[in-house]
Amino acid sequence: MIQRERGIQSILDTGGIQAERVADFWWFAFTIAAVVFVLVIAAAAYATFHRRREALDEPAKQRRMTRWIAGSVGTTAVVLLVYFVVDLRLGRAEAALGEGDPEMLTIEVTGHQWWWEVKYSDREPSRRVTTANEIHVPVGRPVRLKMTSGDVIHSFWVPSLSGKRDLIPRHLSEITFRADREGIYRGQCAEFCGHQHAKMGLLVIAQSPSEFQSWYARQLLPAEHPRDSVQTRGQEVFLSAACVMCHTIRGTAAGGRVGPELTHLASRRTLASAAIPNTRGHLAGWIADPQRIKPGTRMPPNPLKSEDLQALLAYLETLR
Amino acid sequence: MRRPTVLWMLALGAVLAGCDREDRDFRDAPPGNSPSDPVRLSALQPGVPLQDPSLAPYQNNAWALAEGYRLFNQFNCSGCHSPGGGGGMGPPLIDQEWIYGSSPENVFQTIQEGRPNGMPSFKGRISSSDTWKIVTYVRSMSELTSADMWPGRADAMQESNPAPQEGKMQEPYEASEPRRKQ
Repeated sequence: MIQRERGIQSILDTGGIQAERVADFWWFAFTIAAVVFVLVIAAAAYATFHRRREALDEPAKQRRMTRWIAGSVGTTAVVLLVYFVVDLRLGRAEAALGEGDPEMLTIEVTGHQWWWEVKYSDREPSRRVTTANEIHVPVGRPVRLKMTSGDVIHSFWVPSLSGKRDLIPRHLSEITFRADREGIYRGQCAEFCGHQHAKMGLLVIAQSPSEFQSWYARQLLPAEHPRDSVQTRGQEVFLSAACVMCHTIRGTAAGGRVGPELTHLASRRTLASAAIPNTRGHLAGWIADPQRIKPGTRMPPNPLKSEDLQALLAYLETLR
Repeated sequence: MRRPTVLWMLALGAVLAGCDREDRDFRDAPPGNSPSDPVRLSALQPGVPLQDPSLAPYQNNAWALAEGYRLFNQFNCSGCHSPGGGGGMGPPLIDQEWIYGSSPENVFQTIQEGRPNGMPSFKGRISSSDTWKIVTYVRSMSELTSADMWPGRADAMQESNPAPQEGKMQEPYEASEPRRKQ
């Protein structure tokens, strides 16, 4: 039989209820399409190779042909009607998820060229978390994303969890999903948005409720103070170089809002919206010249002296 | 020469001439990038002249203009000079009075070194390539750049603070489009 596709970014490897509904519909459509394909090829082969024994204008032949065509058209119409009904029910089920659920987690997502700004909303401002490119969610709770864009149209797509939803400037769009299985699900921007559309990915990490709570509590804390002289030097470099013009680290004087918030940079698994893994080497290359990794990205190259760069890396690694 | 050949050559020439305007060079290292490569304001120097004054990059580049517009607002130049360049705490940038010179190198040094009476120095904070883009935009505000390099559409479409609000369209940021000669 056909192998089920396995991978962390796959519509068939579902981790949540919305993706399951989509995957079921996909298999349903695939089956019908396969059957129709076989029938059409069979009919074409028959038409090509069958030796005609009676002339085409014989009335009996005409009647038979008419019956075949009418039957095929009728069957097609019925199949399309079935598709329509199934699709309608799927859409309504998707829209109904989490409606009125007091447990629902609301997250505001803003798409930028070419990164995702993620803000966990809460009635209390002091309990709001801002991060970038990585969304943690608890398993089993519906999550609603309220999304907009800061510049051009993007599209939020985490195939293992749900379908796509566009992020449109000056519009609010919403998508609801629920992760039913713990794991790391990769997502991707699904609407062409410029030079680095292809590298505008994100991660959705579904955790048990207790792990999610401890992650959230950590994210609420401001950045740790540097502990030794190298880290202190690194913080100085951050605050005196170009970093501070665009980035925020809560707990320091850095309050730039042009780029992603870096208060808990070291807690993220990837850098540059899931373009490169979050390791010291990759971070060094990214800081020194982001244009080599993501040409066209808004972050400029930073020609730092090597001891300054090393100190900066030591400091950034403390931002867990 | 035959007429079709001449026409083809003219068309090719026109196409090649237009490329400079839309060139997007992401990996350049323009003058001023490092202390050993300073921006020279003049060919005069003690002793034997070693280099010509720096060639200011991006002066005919539509993308640089659009990026300069974005950076002008994001780095808060608009905070002192106002979003349209009309001035406020800082002097207006749309007039023809330039205290420290209006050539690209002068404006570059103004931004990088800072000036008396309130202009901060952005050396080390804004990279030289970003500074040259801001220089292009600032000069365009007083129409010192050629009008045919204006981008045909707003290349930088940054919202200042897009906040999704329930059932409400976010009002656009109060910044003017890059000025164009009427």
